Amino acid sequence: MKLLLKFFSYLFIGIALGITMYKSEAASWFRIYEMFTFGSFHMYGIISTALLSGIIGIYSIKKFNIKSFQKKPIQFHKKDISLYRYLLGGILFGLGWGLVGACPGPMFVLLGAGYYSILIVIIAAILGTFLYGILKNKLPH
Amino acid sequence: MLNLFDPWPWYFSGISISVIMFLLILLGKNFGISGNLRTLCTLCNADKTCEFFCFDWKKQRWNLLVLLGSIIGGYIAVNYMSATDSLQLNNNTLQRLEQLGFKNIEETYLPSSIFDLHDFSLKKISILSLGGLLIGFGARYAGGCTSGHAISGLSDLQIPSLIAVIGFFIGGLIMIHFLFPFFF
Repeated sequence: MKLLLKFFSYLFIGIALGITMYKSEAASWFRIYEMFTFGSFHMYGIISTALLSGIIGIYSIKKFNIKSFQKKPIQFHKKDISLYRYLLGGILFGLGWGLVGACPGPMFVLLGAGYYSILIVIIAAILGTFLYGILKNKLPH
Repeated sequence: MLNLFDPWPWYFSGISISVIMFLLILLGKNFGISGNLRTLCTLCNADKTCEFFCFDWKKQRWNLLVLLGSIIGGYIAVNYMSATDSLQLNNNTLQRLEQLGFKNIEETYLPSSIFDLHDFSLKKISILSLGGLLIGFGARYAGGCTSGHAISGLSDLQIPSLIAVIGFFIGGLIMIHFLFPFFF
């Protein structure tokens, strides 16, 4: 019973994410193009609203020691400080994002929405991840 | 009154994204989609090739469920929650796209010259696979994508995420302002 509840909560969260990505138009190539040409406030509005409420929420969790649904303390992992991996990795990601206009979430949303050519992007992204795994030790981090 | 069947306004979309992040945090997890690409590699036996893919993928099953849900969500949104696929882009953007040679912009959710499966060309396949490769490689190199860095990491005021997001934008701006002429 508990397992079933867990299963459906994650599935439901995913469904909400898919609907949000599609209906907010963040999954549209055009909106990403528009964002990078500073053509409209839309994408910036989405990101800043999510961020503002996110910052307030996470601050509150820490400040008031809010526990998880399982009554456990919530931990936030500090990412290791470095420059190369975030900047270089970020730039490579951005080049791809600007070209096909979909980040990893929207890729799968678009697949569900019936844009099957996105499967090429998904397979290539899995391959790209694999390539990183192989080259990891040779890259500056 | 907000109509969920119309395209969602930015403020509602933004709140919805952070609610999703908080539900995952309160479940003891975190919001980060690109980690699934690594899990999918491991499921394809990549753990036999290098250490990076040797981890207990079963601990990531919850994230695969989120991913599966997002596919279903896309299906629901397009089939039951949308009267039209078209976007309301501003005139400036439309003009720029027309100059680049994009057609029927106002009728579709994605540009047909990149994504349309009819008249599939080598050029389309190259663009789609190059983009995917860069996204997959870059996301893992940077340790996260838009959800992990731009939403989760920045909400937690983490400097590494800020550097990554600046990188995302440098990359995107270079692609669209300097490299697009080579593709379109």
